[in-house]
Amino acid sequence: MYSFDYHKPAVLDQALDLFKSADDPIFLAGGMTLIPTMKQRLAAPTDVIDLSGLDELRGIALSDRVLSIGALTTHNEVASHPLVAQHLPVLAQLAATIGDNQVRNRGTIGGSIANSDPAADYPAALIGLGGVVVTQSRSIAGDDFFLDLFETALHPCELITRIDFPLPDRAAYAKFRNQASGYAVVGALVADFQGKIRVGITGAGPCACRAIGIENELMQNLSIDVLDHVEVPDAGFNSDIHASAEYRAHLVKVLTKRALKQVLDQNS
Amino acid sequence: MKIKIDVNNTEHELAVEANTLLVTVLREHLQLTGAHVGCDTSQCGACTVHLDGRAVKSCAVLALQVADSKVVTIEGIGEVDNLHPMQSAFREYHALQCGFCTPGMIMQAIDLVTHEENLDREKIRQGLEGNLCRCTGYHNIVSAIESVVDKA
Ligand code: FES
Ligand code: FES
Repeated sequence: MYSFDYHKPAVLDQALDLFKSADDPIFLAGGMTLIPTMKQRLAAPTDVIDLSGLDELRGIALSDRVLSIGALTTHNEVASHPLVAQHLPVLAQLAATIGDNQVRNRGTIGGSIANSDPAADYPAALIGLGGVVVTQSRSIAGDDFFLDLFETALHPCELITRIDFPLPDRAAYAKFRNQASGYAVVGALVADFQGKIRVGITGAGPCACRAIGIENELMQNLSIDVLDHVEVPDAGFNSDIHASAEYRAHLVKVLTKRALKQVLDQNS
Repeated sequence: MKIKIDVNNTEHELAVEANTLLVTVLREHLQLTGAHVGCDTSQCGACTVHLDGRAVKSCAVLALQVADSKVVTIEGIGEVDNLHPMQSAFREYHALQCGFCTPGMIMQAIDLVTHEENLDREKIRQGLEGNLCRCTGYHNIVSAIESVVDKA
């Protein structure tokens, strides 16, 4: 790892000031991507700003059928929190499948979403549930948040403070896991908001996205069979050692079906 | 930078560089060589220790990040003549061969039995996803952990 200066601000404003006055700074949340990346010398920030002292980025709260999750909440906290289990069980289940136990003890929801890894799980939830990313200065709709491979709508000095998830009537997440890494080769989150269906897909393309074509079909006819006739074009999908674009397009369909089956099995 | 760090209930004051990893502090500054370094990519879990009661990979944490936390390593959970129940179970079930992965396995196993409900063999296997063993084939490791769950 190259050398850098380490800072641990106690309040949000201080974190932003530190960021503005540094040469090539980076925010550190759980560090489960950043630290291994720095060890490989694939990232060489001049200043690492550790956010773990910012209590305003913590906590889980429910109001008006919206579940708010602080950016620094770890995956295991989401997986085991009673409010999540009761009101948004799909998110608890999703969080419990991220990486491995040690990673879930450190990695955070804000870090995962800000990173926009094409194979991360949370992006499927942000999109599929129509969540909202709240930063120190604005709210960004999940649909507008992921722009490209590791690229989001966040400005350089913009920090996610929390994510707001509206509560669906029913929802489920299905993923095809890479056996070695636990990352999603493809993952699909299907949610039903009073008949309005949303489908969030991760792993297929450069960043998470909605499957609008599938959503439209399902809103006409909410059944698994309907998906047999849907075409999922693989243009722009990722092709790598794990799966070809064509196979990923196939998985989009299969995993959407699996998630939809679970959705239909739940009582709305 | 100077930090105070609490390891196995003893406070240490150390000077570390910002880019020093927790595992380096444990092994090289404090001579606690039980946490092993089995990889360069934060994948093997041999370096697993407890940070504020939860299992973490100490090669993926900066020493400076733990300044206000409590760290427990394999050296902190039992003595040679007074083993932790998980250590005894690993011995009894022959859950190790070369032993390289064992400290990490045991720290992870303690996290699992402490925090996971209804652990069965399948869940134990899933829980060990972040720990690689090149010798045992995992079977006896799962049996050892299962025996601790059954006794609890
Ligand atoms: S040394 Fe391999 S995960 Fe830490
Ligand atoms: S006992 Fe040799 S690596 Fe596990």
